[in-house]
Amino acid sequence: MIKRRLIPKLQIRTLNVSGSLRPVLVTTNQFGKHIEIGDPVSQARIYEAQAADELIILDLDATENNRGTLVSVIRKAAEVIFMPFTVGGGVRTVEDFVILLSNGADKVSINTAAVERPDLINEASAALGSQCVVLSIDYRRDEKNRYYVWIKGGKTPTDIEPVSWAAEGERRGAGEILLTSIDRDGMRSGLDLELTRRVVDSVSIPVITSGGCGLASHFVEGYLLGGADAVSAGTYFCFKDENTMQVRSHIKNAGIPIRLHR
Amino acid sequence: MVGIVDYGMGNLLSVYNAVETAGGNAKICSTPQELARVSRIVLPGVGAFRDCIKNLTDKGFVDALDEAVFHEGKPIFGICLGMQVMAHRSFEGGEYQGLGWFEADVVRLKPDDPSLRVPQIGWNNVGYRPDSFLFAGHPENPDFYFVHSYYMKCDQKDDIHATCDYGGAVTAAVGKNNIVATQFHPEKSQDYGVQVLQNFLKWRP
Repeated sequence: MIKRRLIPKLQIRTLNVSGSLRPVLVTTNQFGKHIEIGDPVSQARIYEAQAADELIILDLDATENNRGTLVSVIRKAAEVIFMPFTVGGGVRTVEDFVILLSNGADKVSINTAAVERPDLINEASAALGSQCVVLSIDYRRDEKNRYYVWIKGGKTPTDIEPVSWAAEGERRGAGEILLTSIDRDGMRSGLDLELTRRVVDSVSIPVITSGGCGLASHFVEGYLLGGADAVSAGTYFCFKDENTMQVRSHIKNAGIPIRLHR
Repeated sequence: MVGIVDYGMGNLLSVYNAVETAGGNAKICSTPQELARVSRIVLPGVGAFRDCIKNLTDKGFVDALDEAVFHEGKPIFGICLGMQVMAHRSFEGGEYQGLGWFEADVVRLKPDDPSLRVPQIGWNNVGYRPDSFLFAGHPENPDFYFVHSYYMKCDQKDDIHATCDYGGAVTAAVGKNNIVATQFHPEKSQDYGVQVLQNFLKWRP
């Protein structure tokens, strides 16, 4: 039986650490304030030891001219981590996909560039296969309960509605959807189950939902009520003594198929 | 030395790292001539079938693989698309001839449970034949990582080493003579995956 997936998310920034620029694992609140956590590859090794199902590695500072940090992190991670990882941040072209895939990524997430030029989804999936194209959708809910996609790291609103955008992404060849509620990011108040369910019901490709996990029961809700194939969390695993093994046993006890052993 | 076929498709770095971790001495082979100098071969692959067979042909690997596998008897391990391309033909995006090593068609996943999505992405447990060397030392029903929309439908049931359930039985591993292949990604399946690669490295067909 296929298992639901538990996916730690590592967000990295390039920061000055004791006089040198280094990749640093951070968490965010509503895509705003950053909190420095530590070395991303060390944290990835911990997730490997705890039998996480996959990893998502996002470079918040990546641009066309600054991809070195991300490439160095994923090359190191690929040597010690034998699980799939999705990599994203500043990806704009099929060539960017190729650079990340050839350095160890299994899947590449695209966000702003896909909104600005949706043909990128078609081009990447035609050239490299749908399985490596993850359409990442960041969204907020407004005071009238309408949902809109935001781009550029949550700084720029669009008039695109996330459910129809996910469906269009599938039609164009995306292999997976990664949903992130900006409102709930880092807030630990629970996932956006309503929008997750609506997206799950409108596409036939797997959906990863994220933003808001603060309790083990939030993961369970994501699978059972949201219908998500996978739940991703960053903040949750970076504070307190929570780890993927404890969450996994909660999920198992709720009757949801989940992998227990590596 | 284990030669990893580089025909422009596939996550070579991950396969390289996993083979090394399994105790092998890995070498990326970007030309057919390099295959002559290795004792075992891994044929990785991600992407589309049509591009896979085209690239293998254009780069001259089809004849080199034929020589290495059928004349020199070198053990070979196909992964994911590298498994599918060993089939007789594929229906992915049309109809294409494969290497023809297995009497099999590559067809789209059609799970009978509508809640199951295509592609299958994630960890699924496999049931393996007790006599399959690939799974020696494994517990029952170990989990492996799959990511695929098509699968190999074998005419010869004896070729099937393992299956997983995805709304029906899906071929997870095949083998005959000195050829083995898995639909799942051993290089992405943590300890169980490394063990499958170790079993391949120890194999004396």
